[in-house]
Amino acid sequence: MTKLNGYVRSNGSVGLRNHLLLLPTVICANQVVNRIAQQVQDSIAIPHQHGCSQVGEDKERTHQVLVGMGRNPNVGAVLVVSLGCEVINAKEVRDEIAEAGKPVIWIDIQEEGGTIKAIQKGTDIARKLLKDIESLQRVPISLSDLIVGVKCGGSDATSGLCSNPALGNAADKLIANEGTVVMGETTEIIGAEHLLANRAVNTEVKQKLYQSVERFEKEIERMGVDMRGGNPSPGNIAGGLSTIEEKSLGCISKGGHAPLQGVVEYATEIPKKGFYFMDSPGNDIECVTGMAAAGVTMVCFTTGRGTPTGNPIIPVIKISGNEIISRKMQDNIDIDVSEVLIGKLSLEEAGRVIFNEIVEVANGKQTKAEVLGHQEFSISRIGISL
Amino acid sequence: MENAFTHSKVNGVVMKKNDNVITLLNDIKKGEKVIFFINESYKEIEAKEEVPFGHKLSLVEIQEGEIIRKYGESIGKATIRIQSGYHVHTHNLIGMRGRGDQKDEQKRGL
Repeated sequence: MTKLNGYVRSNGSVGLRNHLLLLPTVICANQVVNRIAQQVQDSIAIPHQHGCSQVGEDKERTHQVLVGMGRNPNVGAVLVVSLGCEVINAKEVRDEIAEAGKPVIWIDIQEEGGTIKAIQKGTDIARKLLKDIESLQRVPISLSDLIVGVKCGGSDATSGLCSNPALGNAADKLIANEGTVVMGETTEIIGAEHLLANRAVNTEVKQKLYQSVERFEKEIERMGVDMRGGNPSPGNIAGGLSTIEEKSLGCISKGGHAPLQGVVEYATEIPKKGFYFMDSPGNDIECVTGMAAAGVTMVCFTTGRGTPTGNPIIPVIKISGNEIISRKMQDNIDIDVSEVLIGKLSLEEAGRVIFNEIVEVANGKQTKAEVLGHQEFSISRIGISL
Repeated sequence: MENAFTHSKVNGVVMKKNDNVITLLNDIKKGEKVIFFINESYKEIEAKEEVPFGHKLSLVEIQEGEIIRKYGESIGKATIRIQSGYHVHTHNLIGMRGRGDQKDEQKRGL
């Protein structure tokens, strides 16, 4: 039996970390949360560019990401910092996070009387919140409590040959144990969507998957461009990937072979167990951010070119099938599965190595991205700034 | 179990047996042999030009406009005739998806 421990929140959700999150509702509050984070070690600030001059679905999406980050089970408590005149409704952000059953406090810079006062008050509150959550203990959890995102970035030819199919094997094992696996990157299933669609549990799910791809492709059509050069990127191309179809066919194997239970929107909570697709950009940071906001508690990330991507609140395990990169960037790469390519390791064995790492990281082992402090956070935008 | 990677001299991988390209597991010089596993046995092909690690080599002659297959699926089509043993990449292979540029040309009747 696999022994797993995690933080069970009062709404029953299960976290693998216990962070104090400092959440600015708008870019104007970034400096305040950054200063508080300097004063309160072990708190995490997530400065961002958004929260104002946004309307409609675009504003809703930013709201949803901010709330989702706060609600993520890896977060024990939240300090929301607003400016006071932005379009994001800070009170709603606070209330929706509080519904997930964790302490949330909201302060407003204009209300407090400026930056210095807000930093002072915020620092006091953050210290108290941290003290409260530090007393929480890990308790036994099961594999079915894991919600793991699978992602690839900085791909090369080795991604499709070994790291992605190896991760796919680990994903299958998680799902066989009633866990949940989420794959994103709509742009990177273009040309391979029919293979994924064949795994859909019903016609509705199948259609939703095709619609997601169509939406992206229509956007490319509207722009009148060949997406090659943007995706596959110059690095992907240097690594041997010639077209988006080739990249996609290599990409999708990271999701394993389980039936596709559903297609969810960006940053939307995953409804049930099993394998899900999240309609999202291929962009590493925006995709991982969307996963974190959807309640994913860990991401497994394959890379052939070598990318340092992390996330403020969820551990990101870096896996590479490129031996040279694994060696050159050992600061960043957690698992080297390149021995598959010389016949020393089977894909099944590589999948087990990844699975074992998932268990260890779930139990608290720090990923290299966590050790290095990689906390990239970026909200995917779908509208113009006003 | 024997597979595409277990032979020590293997330096190329054919993902599915109906593929017309092979992915190289190391840098290959002009005139070098590429050894690969297909249909339960090892085969070889001579590289007609230098091809880097991770890139593709044509296994057979591919005609202009013909679909190029890897993973048993289309990864685009050839823009020129490619003789066997040559580098297949962005200079002779174009994608057919995400081509807003082409749709535009079609609309303009080009």
